[in-house]
Amino acid sequence: MTRTPPALELRAVTAGYDRSAPVVRDTSLTVDEGEAVGLLGPSGCGKSTLAKVAALLHRPYGGTVHLGGVQARGWRHRAPRAQRTAVGVVFQQPRLAADPRLTLAALIAEPLRATGRKAEALARTGELAGSVGLGTDLLGRRPHEVSDGQLQRACLARALALRPRVLVCDEMTAMLDASTTAALVTVVEEYRTSTGAALLAVGHDRTLLERWCDRTEEMPCTAAGGPPLRSRAPDPVSVPGFGPEAPSDH
Amino acid sequence: MSQGTGAPEPLLSVRDLSVRFRMRGGREIAAVTDVSLDVAHGECLALVGESGCGKSVLASALLGLLPGNARVGGSALLSGPGPGEATDLLAADEATLARTVRGRRVGLVPQSPAAHLTPVRTVRSHLAETVRELTGAKGQALATATVAAARRAAFPADHLDRYPHQLSGGLAQRAATALALVGDAPLLLADEPTTGLDRDLVERTVDELRGHADAGRGLLIITHDLAAAERIADRVAVMYAGRVVELTEARGFFGAPGPRHPYARGLLDALPERAFRPIPGMPPELGDLPAGCAFAPRCARADAACSTVPALSGTAACHHPVTAPEPAGCGIRSEGSRT
Ligand code: SF4
Repeated sequence: MTRTPPALELRAVTAGYDRSAPVVRDTSLTVDEGEAVGLLGPSGCGKSTLAKVAALLHRPYGGTVHLGGVQARGWRHRAPRAQRTAVGVVFQQPRLAADPRLTLAALIAEPLRATGRKAEALARTGELAGSVGLGTDLLGRRPHEVSDGQLQRACLARALALRPRVLVCDEMTAMLDASTTAALVTVVEEYRTSTGAALLAVGHDRTLLERWCDRTEEMPCTAAGGPPLRSRAPDPVSVPGFGPEAPSDH
Repeated sequence: MSQGTGAPEPLLSVRDLSVRFRMRGGREIAAVTDVSLDVAHGECLALVGESGCGKSVLASALLGLLPGNARVGGSALLSGPGPGEATDLLAADEATLARTVRGRRVGLVPQSPAAHLTPVRTVRSHLAETVRELTGAKGQALATATVAAARRAAFPADHLDRYPHQLSGGLAQRAATALALVGDAPLLLADEPTTGLDRDLVERTVDELRGHADAGRGLLIITHDLAAAERIADRVAVMYAGRVVELTEARGFFGAPGPRHPYARGLLDALPERAFRPIPGMPPELGDLPAGCAFAPRCARADAACSTVPALSGTAACHHPVTAPEPAGCGIRSEGSRT
């Protein structure tokens, strides 16, 4: 019997910014189709580096990355288009991630234009913006004219523009208030429910990731990396509106 | 409330503080409107709200650090320097603020510590300069006082010779806190001191700040991190669209009976450890506030009465405050019901 290959698989990845002292060492991680995995760890433990490797934005020193069973062989702009577009990524700081010269509309449509789908860019920008709760009145503005929360909504819309099979959220909500956090998680879960996409959510907020994800993994934190990840399944909790159970409240 | 007649004179007393920014094209931004609050010695007041709600502008106003296109109204009396005296932070001139207030009577724990520190100088050099300036210490006494200043903010002595870019976010925050504490200012103003820190570092940072309040300082912490606010605050002020919409004891706010203002209730219900349900919609533009209660477009309790701005009466500024504990989210429309 053939099993569906995992949406994302990192095998024995060693990565960092100094070959003699990699921040990620021999780390493996699997995210199945439709699965949401939270990667927890304190800052400086290499989890953001691992997220960049998973998003094909950072070339590891060792190990392999597989998307839908296909091994990645190129990184950044050298990644084959089919693989590059299979992963959407949202970072912690929208102001560093977003080109300050672009309007929110251009920002959201950027991946569509970059892949030559201009007509689709025109047609879908409004819909994408609407899906993250951005009204059309904001689309003509540039990053400095909107709040962090609004800009992060635009960055999420951009990450979803190419309908990725895997979404990597690296501390997506760390700068945001509780309501905007819950709103962005709701958008991600709506997208995943309708597409079956996988999620790797990286962060340090255990309460958030345990509530959001199907399971969480601990990034081992020794300065020199550490043993492979331990897995821990949380009590099943549903995100309101996305699971069969009623949300618990207390 | 700590504003009863028998209460000691507050350390900081803000009355009807408003800040307006004049923008190009004559547009006006109502960043802060009619805010009144007190901070007592030994007390921590947490000012919470979404980014862009005006809370950081309020902090800048108290420090006289607003840009030139800002117009400020109201008063903010800081007790001192002598007994029975007070300085109006909003009326004081820049020379007074620079020479006698900032760093000496109000210590600022900044929002982005890395940006607050000069990149070309080590932490030791930053601290030493501030210690020299504020205490006049020299030579060996200066060196000792510098190390002691670092220790007070739990900044590790073996990192003193590092440059800001060589510090983790947590250590940069501690370096900035150490600087804020040098002058022994009676009032500490912490603007989002925990942004970007891990949870255990958040807890350590707020516990350290709490310790400074317990030592008799007043602490005004501005944060969007409700867990941090719950851990540190005696009282909470919730800001929405430039106004304080709820001002109450922290214990009853985070525990039972819970917030009385529908916005504050929605904010708590959005927490992952609670209902994890967002408040529908987004806050209004401060340059284009609706008439009446600014929360009305997002509020399930809104009715005709809400077309006038509710005054803060009791602990909440709302025409229909939540009275009894309700099931989470009852006062908030669900996302789906809009469509
Ligand atoms: S009930 Fe009325 S006054 Fe109170 S928050 Fe809702 S809209 Fe504002």
